[in-house]
Amino acid sequence: MTFEKVKEIIVEQLGLEESQEIKKGTSLINDLEADSLDAVEIVMAIEDEFGIEIPDEEAENFKNIGDIVDYVEKVK
Amino acid sequence: MKKRVVVTGLGCITPVGHGKEEFWKSITEGRSGIGKITKFDAADFPTQIAAEVKDFKVEDYMEKKEAKRMDLFVQYAVAGAKLAMEDSKIDAEKIDHEEFGVVLGSGIGGIATFEEQHRKMLEKGPGRISPFFIPMMIVNMASGQVSMSLGAKGPNTTVVTACASATNAIGEAFKIIERGDAKMMITGGTEASITPVSIGGFCAMKAMSTANDEPEKASRPFDNKRDGFVMGEGSGILLLEELDHALERGAEIYGEMAGYGMSADAYHITAPAPEGEGGKRAMLKALADGNTPPEAIDYINAHGTSTPYNDQFETMAIKSVFKDHVDNLAISSTKSMTGHLLGAAGGIEAIASVLAIKHGIIPPTINYEDPDEECDLNYTPNKAVKRNVNYALSNSLGFGGHNATIVFKKYQD
Repeated sequence: MTFEKVKEIIVEQLGLEESQEIKKGTSLINDLEADSLDAVEIVMAIEDEFGIEIPDEEAENFKNIGDIVDYVEKVK
Repeated sequence: MKKRVVVTGLGCITPVGHGKEEFWKSITEGRSGIGKITKFDAADFPTQIAAEVKDFKVEDYMEKKEAKRMDLFVQYAVAGAKLAMEDSKIDAEKIDHEEFGVVLGSGIGGIATFEEQHRKMLEKGPGRISPFFIPMMIVNMASGQVSMSLGAKGPNTTVVTACASATNAIGEAFKIIERGDAKMMITGGTEASITPVSIGGFCAMKAMSTANDEPEKASRPFDNKRDGFVMGEGSGILLLEELDHALERGAEIYGEMAGYGMSADAYHITAPAPEGEGGKRAMLKALADGNTPPEAIDYINAHGTSTPYNDQFETMAIKSVFKDHVDNLAISSTKSMTGHLLGAAGGIEAIASVLAIKHGIIPPTINYEDPDEECDLNYTPNKAVKRNVNYALSNSLGFGGHNATIVFKKYQD
């Protein structure tokens, strides 16, 4: 399932604990303290995982994890 | 007036142990940290041995998230700095963070990160280079990250002078406090360059030992059968403090900084100048800096890399500086045990020098078996020696013709 996979990537990339609560409404920047460099790396890892391209203009619009999941489901 | 500067904290991650106790125990017992390379398959390399750091658990020193953004050379620096702070028993809440700075040295920086990201670019294209590539790889990130983890907002810079880096860094940090620009400085060096490209590069120079069958005997400074250095890794970090600041908080004082000197060979990219004349001038400058007569020196922690040239020329330089006093000197190269930590070497050797003063013990040069007639000084062969040490001098000489010397003395009111 896309959400679980995205969550796994975020936990790995941000070095979070497995117990970290991550929901569709969770914000990378506000809730998980990611910075702009983390965001770039997460987008890259998602592109690799799902074999897709996420243009920068799209990535800039992601407000929370749900937005990422929705985009991935739409294009994959 | 010049401020007096003392050493009040020691921290290290080394191939022979982490923290000053383990490190000191190993080097006074004559234990080698050298073995077969395990970090990558070195079967195709002429040199297959190194002094690797063992049992380094990064999570003991920082959050997983922080560690992920650091090359190993930065992790070693942060870990060593935290150990030095802990050792100093300083109350981090009570210090003036703007009077607290960092000067670190590294010869090579984040080469493991460089190799990994370069491989990614070749395999998957430039779009797959990590946004953390640059902030992990650049050499100054060790002093940058240490400042962030300790809240050190004062003077901060990085020294890159190959194998002299850490000694230059310590000298510069000493001068910053001496002239009144800070009260506390974290200083020393860090290195993590046991990687395929780096080992391959030093192999191509034929600078490293190829005694692959006897790793523990491969680093044999001043011995007639020496055939090159053995690469080590890790960090050696000191907390330097302005004397009054240290006294006010009742700090344990390991020793006092007594001089710093440096020079350039202006001769060749890798070969030392004939008769070690550049190294000689660095030693003379360090002695003059503290008005220390050469006769006052008891112990020299030599650069002693175990390359044919270095050890011969450093011996000549020592003879020309110390003249008749040379026979009274205890000299040793702890690289015989730790390997050569390149830009971190001067850091752990500074720690060895101040602990020699504190404990009155000279760590040995191990693997000294077959004397070389060109190297005929007292290198403290094979076994540690008890001896009161009032003054210790540490040399570091780097590719590019960089020579750096620091002098420590026993602290007295």
